[in-house]
Amino acid sequence: MNAAVELLQTKFADEVVEVVEFRGETQITVKPGRIKDICLALRDDPETSFKYLSAIAGMDYLPQSPRFGVVYHLYSHKKKNRVALKTLLKDDVAPAIDSVVSVWSTANWHEREAYDLLGIRFKGHPDLRRILMPANWVGHPLRKDYPLKGM
Amino acid sequence: MVHKAILSTVNCQLLTENWKLETGFKMDITQPMPRTETMLLNLGPQHPSTHGVLRVLLELDGELIVSADPDIGYLHRGIEKLCEYRTLHKCMPLMNRLDYLAGEQNNFGFCLAVEKLLGVEVPKRAQYIRVMIAEFTRIASHLFWLGTHGHDLGAMTPLFYAFREREKIMDLCEMVSGARMFPLYFRIGGLAADLPEGFMRAAGDFVKSFPRRWKDYDTLLTQNEIWKERTVGVGVMNAEEALDWGWSGPMARGSGVDWDLRRDNPYSSYEEFDFEVPLGKNGDTYDRYLVRMQEMLQANRIVEQALKKIEETEPGDIKAKDPKVSLPPKDKVYTDIAALINHFLIIQDGIRPPQGEVYQCIEAPKGEMGFYLVSDGGPQAFRLKIRGPSFVVLAATDKLCRGRLLSDLIAVIGTMDIVLADVDR
Repeated sequence: MNAAVELLQTKFADEVVEVVEFRGETQITVKPGRIKDICLALRDDPETSFKYLSAIAGMDYLPQSPRFGVVYHLYSHKKKNRVALKTLLKDDVAPAIDSVVSVWSTANWHEREAYDLLGIRFKGHPDLRRILMPANWVGHPLRKDYPLKGM
Repeated sequence: MVHKAILSTVNCQLLTENWKLETGFKMDITQPMPRTETMLLNLGPQHPSTHGVLRVLLELDGELIVSADPDIGYLHRGIEKLCEYRTLHKCMPLMNRLDYLAGEQNNFGFCLAVEKLLGVEVPKRAQYIRVMIAEFTRIASHLFWLGTHGHDLGAMTPLFYAFREREKIMDLCEMVSGARMFPLYFRIGGLAADLPEGFMRAAGDFVKSFPRRWKDYDTLLTQNEIWKERTVGVGVMNAEEALDWGWSGPMARGSGVDWDLRRDNPYSSYEEFDFEVPLGKNGDTYDRYLVRMQEMLQANRIVEQALKKIEETEPGDIKAKDPKVSLPPKDKVYTDIAALINHFLIIQDGIRPPQGEVYQCIEAPKGEMGFYLVSDGGPQAFRLKIRGPSFVVLAATDKLCRGRLLSDLIAVIGTMDIVLADVDR
């Protein structure tokens, strides 16, 4: 079993919602409230040592509710393994979650991208601006209800 | 303001005293002060040294960079969105156009992600051929980097030498697929076709001659005083910072991070190949140059081994055996009704992977190229998140050049080896 699962189940037992093993990959779904503490623990615990954040993927699960989610892909150079940390955001209208820029600097642009394309707000982000779309753009193109063409 | 005043005064020294930067300079407050305002300078989006449509908003104090803010998105084509509307096979041409200097590497990662989701086994021959093409692409991508990076910093000659070999690799791509930049040779479950006649010999010739050609570039730059002046100590990142900023591939290895996905999390039978992972020490532009130079030789070694392994396998065994995934052979499509139906279904209806999600990454020439593929059981991806190495590396621009000279920014952009198509997607 992945060390991350063990760590979260002992230290953040109330936060873990679901653990899925699929095609040799570990996906842990957690509640969004303490995401920063969870990320810090995963980074600093010597057993997990996820010093590296591969990517942050913003998700839109429409028509499901909760509609929005954020997926963190972490890698440990020490253990040479990965884990996907998933969260579902409560608010379907104005989704928001704590920023993890203070945990991994690379999260800065990933979070800006998720904000730009999906409209997920990252609380505490130092510079939450649009990144790929023009600054005056209206709407968030990767949302499922955003049309592919005809804008 | 005092801080800025000192910077400007140092700058005056720079201009008057033969471009030498004086340290420990004291301000003479009896003299009239020079203007201490900073200047905003817009570099790009159409500037030859920004390697594509990158705009950098610079705040300058004379020639010193106070802050650098890269503005991206000029090449945003919404590939992630487009992939949600087309079958997985039809995403392949879009993948080619991510990091277009290493087109086939992107398809490699995407195919592996889909195959992982499907649980399909690719025959050994196809795996070896993929490795060979991927390593050829790595050499081509590094050659392009070498030529343009040198050119940016005033070394014109390496460009012509590097492009000479790159041209040969493009010819090899043309042999297998008919296209040069975007071969589109890989398919989900295997390859589009087997290697054509004469390919093995042409590839073998390249592999034999490349180390000798490599010496040409090495002679031109490695001990070149001007090259060292421009690259040593420029854009420094230590190993810990490199990980914090999400660096991977040669960028991280230049800082001494001993990590290569081909070795540590092998895919497509990379574990059967013997190669070294070159590492840098200082994490500066020069060390990254050395790392990429060595990587080219290592890639050549892998190609050499792959050619041997390909010869040991059965010709024609290039597709997964699952008829729901692999297209039937073309001649069968014309003569056999079952094959025709099969072909039609895969093209029109698409392949339907099971519900689930995978993250598959490969060691692309520029670093970790990741594909997060979420499927709801339909023929299209529910969501495809592409993690491009260039996007991540570019985020650290400000950190690398703050307080440095403007000309160092050009070296930094060159060493990052970014492709804006990969940054913007």
